[in-house]
Formats: sequence, structure tokens, C-alpha cells
Amino acid sequence: MIWSAVRLAWREIMNNLLRSGLTVLGIIIGVAAVIAMVTLGGGATAYVSNQISGLGSNLIIIFPATTNSTTGEVLPAPPFKPEDVHAIRTEVTSVSAVAGVVSRSVQAVYGNANRRTQVNGTDQGYEEVRDWQVVEGRSFSDAELRSGRGVCVLGASLRKDLFGAQSPLGEKIRLGQIPCEIIGVLEEKGASALGSDQDNFVLAPLELVQRRISGTRDVELIYASAKTEEARGRAINEITALLRERRHVRVGEPDDFTVRDQKELAEFATSTLGVLTGFLSAIAAISLLVGGIGIMNIMLVSVTERTREIGIRLAIGALERNVLMQFLIEAVLLSSLGGTIGILIGLAVAGAGASLLKMPFVLDPGIVAIAFLFSALVGIVFGYFPARRAAQLDPIEALRYE
Amino acid sequence: MASGPPLIEFRDVRRYYGSGETLVKALDGVDFRIVDGEFLAVMGPSGSGKSTCMNILGCLDSPTQGHYLFRGIDIGRLTRDQRALLRRNYLGFVFQGFNLLKRTTALENVELPLVYRGMAPGQRRKRALAALRAVGLEGREHHTSAELSGGQQQRVAIARAIVTEPAILLADEPTGNLDSERSHEIMRLLTALNRENGLTVLVVTHEPDMAEYARRTLVFRDGHIASDEARVREAVP
Ligand SMILES: Nc1ncnc2c1ncn2[C@@H]1O[C@H](COP(=O)(O)OP(=O)(O)OP(=O)(O)O)[C@@H](O)[C@H]1O
Ligand SMILES: [Mg+2]
Repeated sequence: MIWSAVRLAWREIMNNLLRSGLTVLGIIIGVAAVIAMVTLGGGATAYVSNQISGLGSNLIIIFPATTNSTTGEVLPAPPFKPEDVHAIRTEVTSVSAVAGVVSRSVQAVYGNANRRTQVNGTDQGYEEVRDWQVVEGRSFSDAELRSGRGVCVLGASLRKDLFGAQSPLGEKIRLGQIPCEIIGVLEEKGASALGSDQDNFVLAPLELVQRRISGTRDVELIYASAKTEEARGRAINEITALLRERRHVRVGEPDDFTVRDQKELAEFATSTLGVLTGFLSAIAAISLLVGGIGIMNIMLVSVTERTREIGIRLAIGALERNVLMQFLIEAVLLSSLGGTIGILIGLAVAGAGASLLKMPFVLDPGIVAIAFLFSALVGIVFGYFPARRAAQLDPIEALRYE
Repeated sequence: MASGPPLIEFRDVRRYYGSGETLVKALDGVDFRIVDGEFLAVMGPSGSGKSTCMNILGCLDSPTQGHYLFRGIDIGRLTRDQRALLRRNYLGFVFQGFNLLKRTTALENVELPLVYRGMAPGQRRKRALAALRAVGLEGREHHTSAELSGGQQQRVAIARAIVTEPAILLADEPTGNLDSERSHEIMRLLTALNRENGLTVLVVTHEPDMAEYARRTLVFRDGHIASDEARVREAVP
């Protein structure tokens, strides 16, 4: 019985292919847009969190700025001193490595080749907290760090740009005005989530950068690495307490610095994507509504056109609910067909977009199922009124209808 | 059979349309009985209430006053769905305009009432093929109504009406759209179904020629039964 009704509905849709297609266009577009954007958004989220977890899962970032806990506004605060870094390193037991950083943009020159890059002045521990490996040569010695000698470790793309195939070890380059001897090269990390080159930088002793480039003893950023993932919370608490004390923050006053871990960064980066998803859902709801009204409209037309047919069916023994089901099934078939086409188009667009943006294609079966069920639901909701109208027709009048 | 209630009994059935100035008394006090196996013709001038009477007989409409008893059951007390079930199980309809479904084959049209009865596809098909054979439409099973002549379409409609083995076949001017030759063929078919299968048949017609086939004739005039006569002579061969 149901099966006959489905076959009948299918035939009815196929007999009016153009009309059916136009009817479900709204649903197709709505569903396709949502599927495409959610899938792309999912890919972007996965990509960003992947990149951020690439920072090292135990990474803690400390920067001298206050974050307003209600508005999220970030205001600058006095910078750290090398002593703060040292204090964390010696007093906080739950961290395994700490690195203070000062960054400046400089011109790196070797012979005729030169390139705009960033010099990161740092002390011991940078490679460990940021999870960078020195693949050629070596890292800084304690003596070099203490004295601020003119030595540096190159990022992979800077090495490629300045030296090509040649070995850079032992060569001298100029960073702005300072001559530096290259003692090592870092592994390659590739492009970042936002597409920038993560390997275009050079590491130098913090002491050197402070003395010769920034001109102050300020430390702008501190990286720390918790000993274990479980210790991360404790490390954050200990660092916060220590820095409050060292920076003379009174009890009850907010921190004049911010401590974030890798997870929070990921949440921050993906929360913007969440807003986008909410916005898209609103668009989807509207287009499904419009699509539903389109279906209702065409079903009412169809009921009117087929009044005589309904009369015949009622005369030969169809019950009200048989006729109701027939039209409801047709509406649901129509809308879920539109939903299916929309899903396929959406996935195709998302696939093309993902490969264009070089992002992963993350298929979310949940959202596909929801999109399908929603489009079917639209058919039920908006098909019900026309179907009921059909079922309640007076058989005599329906039979007399021209 | 004589002991039980008659197949159909009309007791002072009235059907009024409109009210006041525009009141139309389509049926104004009609009494008659039909027993199993009868072959009736219903005649009368246009507007005399024949179709109104057929609609009530077919449970498509209810009397404004009076009682219509089907095997002793008062139809006026039934719900819309109960009347639909009565149509499904006991009544067969044939209309002047054939009323086949468009873009649907003869076989599918005939299967339709069985679909509503929830019969399995295999059995449904067998019964529908048998009904089509009974009306002489072998080989035309897969033609749609557009591909059939008027007479053939009416045969499909008759097959659709008898496939459920109804208690009575109600035909409102089944030959109204057909030429004389085709009309006689249809009437001969109905006669055969009545004689051989014991099917009770009620046919509305304007043509005395066609009424000749029946064994009893009801004549309507202004919503009344003007005469109700049994035919002495057997139907023409
Ligand atoms: N739905 C309706 N509303 C109002 N009046 C109606 C309705 N149906 C039928 N009538 C009236 O009832 C009367 C009987 O109509 P009916 O259709 O039964 O006549 P009939 O004998 O079948 O005529 P014909 O031979 O032309 O088919 C007519 O006067 C008609 O106008
Ligand atoms: Mg009539």
C-alpha cells in the first residue's frame, strides 16, 4: 500500500519534472549552501586546531596584556624582564622548559641575496617549547646565550632563499646591522593555518637582540612547556601566582598579563567559525521555510488539478487517510529528493573548495543526516495542509470537477 | 435469501438541495427495494433525480430525510470512512465519463480497488487480468486510457468495478458517451455478468433500447418514482 503510494508519487513527480525541479529549488539551494559551508567550516576548524596543536600540546603562552574577562578586550601592560623568565624557570616545578622572546623585523643579507625576515631573540628552551628540531648544525650554547654572541639558527625557508643548495653552516650573514655566524638550521614546518610561511625567521640569543636591536631589556612574550598534559593546569596556576607576586598585583585586582594554553588558543580560533555556523543555520532555516512554502503551493495546485482523480479514488473505496498519505508521501518525496540533491551539490562544492584552499575535507555524517531529515520534515509540515484538503474533498463534487 | 433483509431498501428517501427560494427537491419521497441478482434500468427525464438516487445508493451522498438500508444497515448512521469501506467492499461504479486514471494502464486502473483492499501484488494482478479477460480486453492490459477507444475505456471501467466482486454494480448512463453499436456491446456485457455471475446491476439510461436489457424498470419523475415495472419478456438476445 505504502509502496504503491511511493511509486505513484514518484511517477507524478517525474511526469512534471520541470515543475518539480523548480518547486524544490529553494530546498536544494538552502541545503546545498548549508552542507557546503558546514563541511568547509569543519575542514577549516580541523585545519586550524591541527595547526595549533602543532605548537605542542603542553605549550603555555604568557604575554604582558590584560584581558577583560567580560568583554574579551585585550589591553597592553608593562613587559616582562629576563628575571621573570628566570624565576619561572627556577621556581615553577611543573614546567620543563621556558623561553623568553623578543621579535623584530629585520633585513637578512648574505652576499647579494637579502630577504625581509623576523629575528626571534630567545634564550634556552625555545626549541623545546615550540617543538622545533635543529636539523643541521647545533643550537646555542649556554655561553653564547649568556654573552649574546653574534650567532644564529636559520629557519628552513630563509636558509633556502639565502643559500640554496649551499651549506650555510659557518657562514656569516647580517641581520640589519649585526653580523651573525650561522651555527644551525631548523626543520621545515610549512605554511601556517592562515597561509603564512612559518619557516621564514631566524633565532638569535635574546641578549644579542635586546642589546643590538630592541635596545631594552624587555621580554615581550614567554613560552613555557608543562611537564605533562595533566600538569598544564597546575603550571598555569603557579605561573600566574608567581607573576602576580613579581609584578606586585594586589589581591583582588585582575592579572596584568595573560596566560593561555594551546587548547584555549584553539577554542578562540574556532569560536569565530562557530559564529559563522550559527549564521548559516539561520540562512538555512529561512531557505527551508521558503522552500516549504513553494512545496505547499505546488501541492495545492496539484490537488486542484487532480480533483477528479481524487474523486475516482474516493468512489472506489479510498479512505480519507489513504488520500492523505498519498499526497503527504508525494510532498515528502519531493522535499527529500530536493534535500538529497542539495546535499550532493553541497558536498561537491565543499570538496572543490577544500581542494582549492588546500584544506582537509571533513565529511560530517551528522549534518548530512540532519539536512536530509529536515528537508523531509519540511515536506511533512508543508504537505500536510494540501494533503488534508485533498482527503476531505467531497467525492461527488470531485467526480463532477472538470 | 428471502428470509434476510433485502440488498437495498429505500424508505421515504428525500434529498433536498439549497433552502428557501432556491430549495430543490431532487428526491422527494422514494421507496423501493432491490434484491440480489436483479437487473434494473432507471429512466426518466433530465433533472428527475436519477443521478441523485445513484449517488445515495453508492454511499457517495446521504439522504436529507428517510432511510437507506443496505442489507438492513442504515447508511445514514455510518461515518465517512465507514461509507468508504462499504464502497470498497460491496459497491462497483461505472460512470458516463469512464473516469479512468490518466497516464495509467488498463491493468493498473483495474488493480486500483484491490490496492486499497491491501491485496498482495501477485494476487492483485491475477484478479485484474481475469477481470479484463471477462470484459473482453485481453491484450490491451498495458494500454493507457488515451490509447483505448471509448467502448474499450468503458470496458476497463466495468472491469475495475467488478474486480472486487461487489454486491451491486451501479452504472450512471454508462452508454451515454458511446455510439449505438458500442452501447449494445456494453449492455450485452452487463447482461452476461448479471446472468452468469449473478451480479446485481442497476443502470441509468435515457434510451429505451438500453432499458430493454433490464428485467425491471424504475421511472423517475420530479423526484418521485412514477412507475416500477418488471419486464415480462426476457431481454433481447
Ligand atoms: N449539488 C447540487 N446542488 C443543487 N442542486 C442539485 C445538485 N445536484 C443535483 N441538483 C438538482 O437536483 C435535481 C436532480 O438532479 P439529477 O442529477 O439527479 O438529475 P438526473 O435525473 O440525473 O438528470 P440527467 O438525466 O440530466 O442526468 C436537478 O434539478 C438538479 O439541478
Ligand atoms: Mg444524471
